[in-house]
Amino acid sequence: MFGLDKKHTNLLLLVAALTMLAPFILNPFPEGSGMAQFNAGYPDLMQRFVIFGIFAIGFNILFGLTGYLSFGHAAFLGVGSYAAMWMMKLLTMNVIPAIAVSIVVAGLFSLLVGWISLRRSGIYFSILTLAFAQMSYALAYSVLTPITGGETGLQPKLQDPRILDGALEAGASPRANLFGLEMTSSFEWSVGSWLFTFNVGYYVAAVAMLLSFYMAIRIFNSPFGMMLRAIKSNQQRMNYTGLNSKPYTLAAFVVSGMYAGLAGGLMVAMDTQVGAERMFWTASGEVVLMTILGGAGTLIGPVLGAGMIKYMENIMSKINETILHQWFAFLPDGIENLLVAMVYPFIGKGWHLTLGLIFMLVVIFLPGGLVEGGQRIARLFKRKKPSSDTPDGKTTPAE
Amino acid sequence: MGILEVKNVGKRFGGLQALGDVNLSVAENTVHAIIGPNGAGKSTLLNVLVGKLIPDTGSVMFDGKSVLGRKPYEINQMGISRVFQTPEIFGDLSVLENMLIPCFAKRDGAFTPNAFIDMFRDREIVERAEQMLEEMNMADARNDNAATMSRGNKRRLEIGMCLAQEPRLLLLDEPTAGMARADTNNTIDLLKQIKDERDITIAIIEHDMHVVFSLAERITVLAQGTPLVEDTPDKIKGHPKVREAYLGESQDAA
Ligand SMILES: Nc1ncnc2c1ncn2[C@@H]1O[C@H](COP(=O)(O)OP(=O)(O)OP(=O)(O)O)[C@@H](O)[C@H]1O
Ligand SMILES: [Mg+2]
Repeated sequence: MFGLDKKHTNLLLLVAALTMLAPFILNPFPEGSGMAQFNAGYPDLMQRFVIFGIFAIGFNILFGLTGYLSFGHAAFLGVGSYAAMWMMKLLTMNVIPAIAVSIVVAGLFSLLVGWISLRRSGIYFSILTLAFAQMSYALAYSVLTPITGGETGLQPKLQDPRILDGALEAGASPRANLFGLEMTSSFEWSVGSWLFTFNVGYYVAAVAMLLSFYMAIRIFNSPFGMMLRAIKSNQQRMNYTGLNSKPYTLAAFVVSGMYAGLAGGLMVAMDTQVGAERMFWTASGEVVLMTILGGAGTLIGPVLGAGMIKYMENIMSKINETILHQWFAFLPDGIENLLVAMVYPFIGKGWHLTLGLIFMLVVIFLPGGLVEGGQRIARLFKRKKPSSDTPDGKTTPAE
Repeated sequence: MGILEVKNVGKRFGGLQALGDVNLSVAENTVHAIIGPNGAGKSTLLNVLVGKLIPDTGSVMFDGKSVLGRKPYEINQMGISRVFQTPEIFGDLSVLENMLIPCFAKRDGAFTPNAFIDMFRDREIVERAEQMLEEMNMADARNDNAATMSRGNKRRLEIGMCLAQEPRLLLLDEPTAGMARADTNNTIDLLKQIKDERDITIAIIEHDMHVVFSLAERITVLAQGTPLVEDTPDKIKGHPKVREAYLGESQDAA
């Protein structure tokens, strides 16, 4: 189906089912129960899951396939965001032009950055991309303030021209929409003590992610994708096989830049704001972590990695000391306090510590990321065939 | 006129004259061996031929066209394929994928952004790759990871990948270096078969005299960056200058 073989059609359908049913799947605990704080099925977080999923899927096309480690992909995310915001200011609050333009502008910018950075490989390439991203960040903060809004960033304003939209009614504020359907609007469904939220913005982003995922599958299975893996495997042999690795790498760079731009455009479509911090180097590093954590070079890995990191960032960080005391309340006071003291550094603001530990464990013991972990578990259960699953799953992240 | 004409090629590395004044003509559809002691400049010459190095002086003509200043991939597309001293294959890819890549390179050229076709549905290419694997006797290994193969098989695969491009000139740099006797003999047989079955010119650098005398129709002896003599294997065997410069040592060592 869709020009894919059976295995990949199934994978796509599975991912489609999971994203469409996410409002249920991510809200397994009844409202008001002690576990409700682990529910992730609220619009803001679900949107972030799929948007960062897109970002990581695109990053993986460059890093996972060619092995070129970019440390500046947040720049394309940021540029995509600014471009989308300007569409909302100048044209319309409809998200379609905003998203389309964010992809194009990020693609053009990544063509420039890639063309220069790809003159070098290895660590020098990484440093060049990092330098570009930090320059973009600095420019957005200072010189380019008229375009970027500097420190305050940009939001749609009432007085923006928005030539395609009619005048707003008195007291109304500009809202991002899809042909009138507002991104922020949600349908809530309560079943017993469960509450499920179906948010327009989430579904728009989820459809974008499914399309992105589908394109990634196509690229992985194409001769083009194989050439990208060949670059990572042995660039020397590639050049002596009559293939010019330069345009292949540049194409991969631009495609991943466009994915980043799409993610940036979707962020603006969801929360109608943008600031320079979106381009900061930590944001570039985050997508590297997501990809490696999930499994670089695998199809589903980056999505899993993005989900895991965003879940921890939003859920783990909310657990505080009081909640810990509640959990351990059944224990004698001394032990309770001891346990709380031991666990405390790893939760709340300490979630970075937990993430760092998990990351270290994955890199050391599961170089193929969460996907490799999943494959190992699957192999334990069905010993009969040593699973030729994703052949990509075997590739280890580039050194 | 040979298919490959090397004229007055010189290459200097700092103070070292790696190639002095090399003149070499390789006739079409022959096997031409280049021998010489360590450091004679054999690999340097080969690197000049494939565009990895640019010589300081001289010219290199392949099939009447200059190769100098062209990128390695361009020279390959002209019809020159190279086998490396240590087999260079795509270790992370399957054996079949290794063979698909040169087939795509041959048909589609140096760069084709064909991201929307499924490579295994490109029947023409897949059939060609599978046929090449058959010819190399490695069809059974098609789904294996290339990195897991023995050195002899990696060499075989590498040669097969070069042949898939139907090159007019095949360059081999010590193809049997570090191989066990059995693997060496297999490689000799494979190369003999290639030269019998195809219209192909082979230039081979080799230390192993057994390999050289089993295959070569002409031999050039290189010493200190300059060709000493060029002749048929029989003449080379008895040549006093050659014995002095090269064969004597090598036979003592053996
Ligand atoms: N890139 C380089 N930079 C500096 N010197 C080099 C370089 N490549 C080769 N040389 C030197 O040039 C000389 C010729 O080297 P080359 O590798 O061509 O010899 P060779 O005939 O292939 O020897 P061997 O039989 O050991 O492979 C040697 O002295 C070598 O050290
Ligand atoms: Mg050598």
